[in-house]
Amino acid sequence: MPFDHETIVGFAKSFGLFYLVALSVICLAWTYWPTNKKGFEEAAKMPVLEEEDRPWH
Amino acid sequence: MVADFTRDERVSALIVLGGLILAGLFMAIAGRNDLLGVHGWMIAAAGLWGFFAMVRGFGLPEPPATRLAEYYDAPTRVGLILTLLWGIVGMGAGFWVAALLAWPDMTFDVAWLSFGRLRPVHTSGVIFGFGGNALIATSFHVLQRTTRARLPDAISPWFVLLGYNLFCVIAASGYLMGLTQSKEYAEPEWYADIWLVVVWVVYFAIYMRTLARRKEPHIYVANWYYMAFILVVAILHIVNNLAVPVSFGSAKSYSLFAGVQDAMTQWWYGHNAVAFFLTAGFLGMMYYYLPKRAGRPIFSYRMSIVSFWGITFMYMWAGSHHLHYTALPHWVQTLGMAFSVVLLVPSWASAGNALLTLNGAWHKVRDDAVLRFMALAAIFYGITTFEGSFMAIRAVNSLSHYTDWTIGHVHAGALGWVAMITFGALYSLVPTMFKRERIYSQKLVELHFWLALTGTLVYVFAMWNSGVIQGLMWRTYDETGTLSYSFIDSLVAMHPYYIARALGGLLFLLGTLTALYNVIMTIRMPAIGAHDPQGDLPAEPALQAGE
Repeated sequence: MPFDHETIVGFAKSFGLFYLVALSVICLAWTYWPTNKKGFEEAAKMPVLEEEDRPWH
Repeated sequence: MVADFTRDERVSALIVLGGLILAGLFMAIAGRNDLLGVHGWMIAAAGLWGFFAMVRGFGLPEPPATRLAEYYDAPTRVGLILTLLWGIVGMGAGFWVAALLAWPDMTFDVAWLSFGRLRPVHTSGVIFGFGGNALIATSFHVLQRTTRARLPDAISPWFVLLGYNLFCVIAASGYLMGLTQSKEYAEPEWYADIWLVVVWVVYFAIYMRTLARRKEPHIYVANWYYMAFILVVAILHIVNNLAVPVSFGSAKSYSLFAGVQDAMTQWWYGHNAVAFFLTAGFLGMMYYYLPKRAGRPIFSYRMSIVSFWGITFMYMWAGSHHLHYTALPHWVQTLGMAFSVVLLVPSWASAGNALLTLNGAWHKVRDDAVLRFMALAAIFYGITTFEGSFMAIRAVNSLSHYTDWTIGHVHAGALGWVAMITFGALYSLVPTMFKRERIYSQKLVELHFWLALTGTLVYVFAMWNSGVIQGLMWRTYDETGTLSYSFIDSLVAMHPYYIARALGGLLFLLGTLTALYNVIMTIRMPAIGAHDPQGDLPAEPALQAGE
């Protein structure tokens, strides 16, 4: 397979398309997976927690 | 600083600084007949200064083990001050070049005062000096607070902060001497680029090492944005700066790319510098400091994740919209245009997320200028990303490209979004970082807010007007099919807007000077819990009873 313009275009238009669609599906599924909801809600509180300003041990 | 280093770290620092001196001397000798030699001496001097500071502090007692129960904030404190200093250098240079466009005689026939040399001092000064230091300083703060872990050591954050600033100084001084590889936002020559790669790898390693030691299992979303910023900037920087120096004794290098490939690589870099340096990094800042200041968790955490992946997937493809109507293949231009339009979705998801977080806390936005800085940043982020998607459409671009509209767009983003969110984060960080009860003067924060907002509006409206007029004049034909206006005609039409633009920039600069004064005065206030020299004692009675 020659490394020329046509090859790159073909690759981008086929593999590139499915690659991005697949990544989007994985990302959306993970974000909106019902069991992940609680963890995200906990994480969102992180900046506003009032507690001692030092590392945990 | 030296007192925070363990014995082993002091030895490592001496080795690193010794290496820096040797590298500087090598450059100075090899480049003795070239401007490279000047930079060599500067690097050697910086290394020597650090080496002596380290030797002088070498005998200090080692830091106590109790330090490990605290976060390590000293680099953040220095970074915040460097942010403001670079802000003044970069914005000052910006004001000056804006004035040069209105009054070109102000070059005074001095080479280093010419527009071409001062303009990159402005762009690098504000993007890398001001923005970069703000990102480094805040990322160290956010990283520790959200992982509940101290930075892995004391030496590497200092290496990153000071090494990065050495890069900025080499870059800016090089521009003044006429050193540039003529790639926008990537002007520094090969040796500065190599140094930045070293610094950047250490920066990413700090992030990885701290995350590996984290006590909080969930990695807060701000860290993802900061990591995307560090990782992608490394990739962009390395690829776009691939070049072959003329010799090891010459500052001059030639890019590995040529023609349209060079243009595409440059704008793949250039647009993603906007995306990952000026957007992803500052979104990380926003996702931490805005909820914190508002006292409310982010409206939708899940939306922030979707925005994150949306931005990282799509921005990578948008760069070609800088090359509409060029030799770049048509389908690549269309690809860049399509991705730019779709980018509006994750961009507005972030802007909307920030504003919806504030929904219900508007009274705080009204009363607190610091939070108002951040609210305004979110609004400008929304405006600028909409404008950007719109301008990337080929037909719109045919009017806007090469005109001042582009400059207006960039400054709506840089002044309205990047600088506003930075000032918001800076004002909320300074009192806690320096252990002061509050900022020195809330009134001066108000003053700064209004100076910044007025300056931004004056600037952006001037450039919108100027840009559209320019674009229309360049495409107006008379009935014989010839252009109605000469280039000089459009230049004359732009003159009043150039004066207005310089005024807007001056207002913004005055705001930054106000911030520096306020921060210095805050640092000079007594620390929380500091011993009161007067003592908490009853006053001596002036007159004893019966006297």
